[in-house]
Amino acid sequence: MSELTLTVMRLGFLAVLWLFVIVTVQVIRSDLFGTRVTQRTARRAEAQRPPQPRQAPQQAARGGRQRRGAPTKLVVTEGSLTGTTVALQGQTITLGRAHDSTIVLDDDYASSRHARIYPDRDGQWIVEDLGSTNGTYLDRTRLTTPTPIPPGAPIRIGKTVIELRK
Amino acid sequence: MSTSQATGNTGSNTTISPGGLPSRRNTELAMLVFAVLIPVFAYANVGLAINGEMPAGMLGYGLGLGLMAGVAHLVVRRFAPYADPLMLPIATLLNGLGLVLIWRLDQSERLALRGDGIAAPNQLMWSALGIALFLAVLVFLKDHRILQRYTYISMVVALILLAAPAFFPASEANFGAKIWIRFGSFSIQPGEFAKIIITIFFAGYLMVKRDALALASRRFMGLYLPRGRDLGPILVVWAMSILILVFETDLGTSLLFFGMFVVMLYVATERTSWILFGLLMAAGGAAFVATFEAHVRGRIMAWLHPMDIFLPEDQRPEGLISDQAAQALFAFGSGGTLGSGLGQGHSDLIGFAAKSDFILATVGEELGLTGTMAILLLYGLLVERGIRTALAARDPFGKLLAIGLSSAFALQVFVVAGGVMGLIPLTGMTMPFMAQGGSSVITNWALVAILLRISDTARRPAPAPVPSPDAEMTQVVRP
Repeated sequence: MSELTLTVMRLGFLAVLWLFVIVTVQVIRSDLFGTRVTQRTARRAEAQRPPQPRQAPQQAARGGRQRRGAPTKLVVTEGSLTGTTVALQGQTITLGRAHDSTIVLDDDYASSRHARIYPDRDGQWIVEDLGSTNGTYLDRTRLTTPTPIPPGAPIRIGKTVIELRK
Repeated sequence: MSTSQATGNTGSNTTISPGGLPSRRNTELAMLVFAVLIPVFAYANVGLAINGEMPAGMLGYGLGLGLMAGVAHLVVRRFAPYADPLMLPIATLLNGLGLVLIWRLDQSERLALRGDGIAAPNQLMWSALGIALFLAVLVFLKDHRILQRYTYISMVVALILLAAPAFFPASEANFGAKIWIRFGSFSIQPGEFAKIIITIFFAGYLMVKRDALALASRRFMGLYLPRGRDLGPILVVWAMSILILVFETDLGTSLLFFGMFVVMLYVATERTSWILFGLLMAAGGAAFVATFEAHVRGRIMAWLHPMDIFLPEDQRPEGLISDQAAQALFAFGSGGTLGSGLGQGHSDLIGFAAKSDFILATVGEELGLTGTMAILLLYGLLVERGIRTALAARDPFGKLLAIGLSSAFALQVFVVAGGVMGLIPLTGMTMPFMAQGGSSVITNWALVAILLRISDTARRPAPAPVPSPDAEMTQVVRP
């Protein structure tokens, strides 16, 4: 086998190996540069269009869930799960010590089915206490009925605090 | 407005991408095709360099690897549709490259003269078994939280597995470290399996005990000092790893278990003092054992003075018996930046264990610094995906388990790579996925399967809850 072919193959192999590494890093680039890289351009393009005709049909098409200003994720801000986020996609989120909860609370002051957070028909997120022993607090008040969550309001369960964010 | 909002978002500790959460199975498929083609390319390259022709088994091996990867992908698509898209391709690539490198060393006449048998077909069989176990874990382990039930059982099983080799009669094939169990011509390394099982125990135990370990402490000189009785578990694990070191003379396993425990303790409690304690205890223990254990001392001599083996017999430091370490350094040196090309190096000069512990030296010589960096980056990316999975997990047990498994993997890569490159004393461990060794490749496939299961649970959109009648008792706050 000629020297030239082998040299080309040697360098080619290194190039292919590095190409794999680079493609891999591309796949996870959202980890490195935050999560909004692709959405940012889409939003900018959207913002350039006149805002008025956009809102109504979109709301109708998506069942009103993704309306402007609606929270997109749930963030745990205090407690042992600090930093955990869950994307809000119209599904019900359960909180409690039970192993099958969406967010499993490792907290002696939480009940196994403690509370749930779900969207109503207008896309407004509601928090409901599921008969817990120590209660669920929205800001400072203990919940008695399903209550809409104002943006940025902390929900406290035992030592865990969660918030809905955009 | 959009820009400021975006920067505000990256500043927060976001852990999983909001909105959409695509399953990314097609990304995985594309990467997997890529990951199968690279070893096939490497195989052709070795064949052309050594024999001047395409290797005969190329189509067979290529199709075999492709078939295994394809089945694995279909099972992931069916049973873990939201799992991380990168772990399977990276593991496949590393395993495939390992097979090619072992096959390349099989071609060496020098190793054949030493009596090293052909290892590649066996390794391929072990890889297939590993992938079979990977599939079994994905199919039968529906939820990683089930493992939490077996916290203390797994402790017992892991201790038995770790202790077993010490009670088996030593054979000439033990090479200093007693970590094998032999059944006729067939040997397994139970310490490798214990790696996963003991992680389950650590995760379950620390999840329950971490509040006591984190909160009950005194502050002294800016450090949180744990109470005396809370030092119990770390002392037990430390004693266990020292016992492994003494009775099985295996520095690698002992370092791996202790290091993994310290990492998990730190993650569970957020107390830096545990790391400090751990490092001091590990260093103290190793130095203590080295004073009376000849095998360990020999390893340390080979690390400090690898070139002294070429001195005349009477001037050599005591305990230095092999030129492996020196030959590995020569291999890295002669590889240079771009390497000698696959199949054109002389890493077979390492002789014993060239296909297992020292496989990275072959990478270093034939792919050079460039290739070694790429391989180490791939290991790093696999570990990164594991830690990412831990961040995204929504239950404390899953978090600790994912951290434990990825740190075990990372520590193993560090211990082996550091040993081969002369950064730390060499320990008899295998490079995950690449090195020859059945137990290792099987265990690491199972490890990746558990990580995939955790990441699937973490990224899966939540299902509707089923109210359960047997709700646990809750403590009541008394005013």
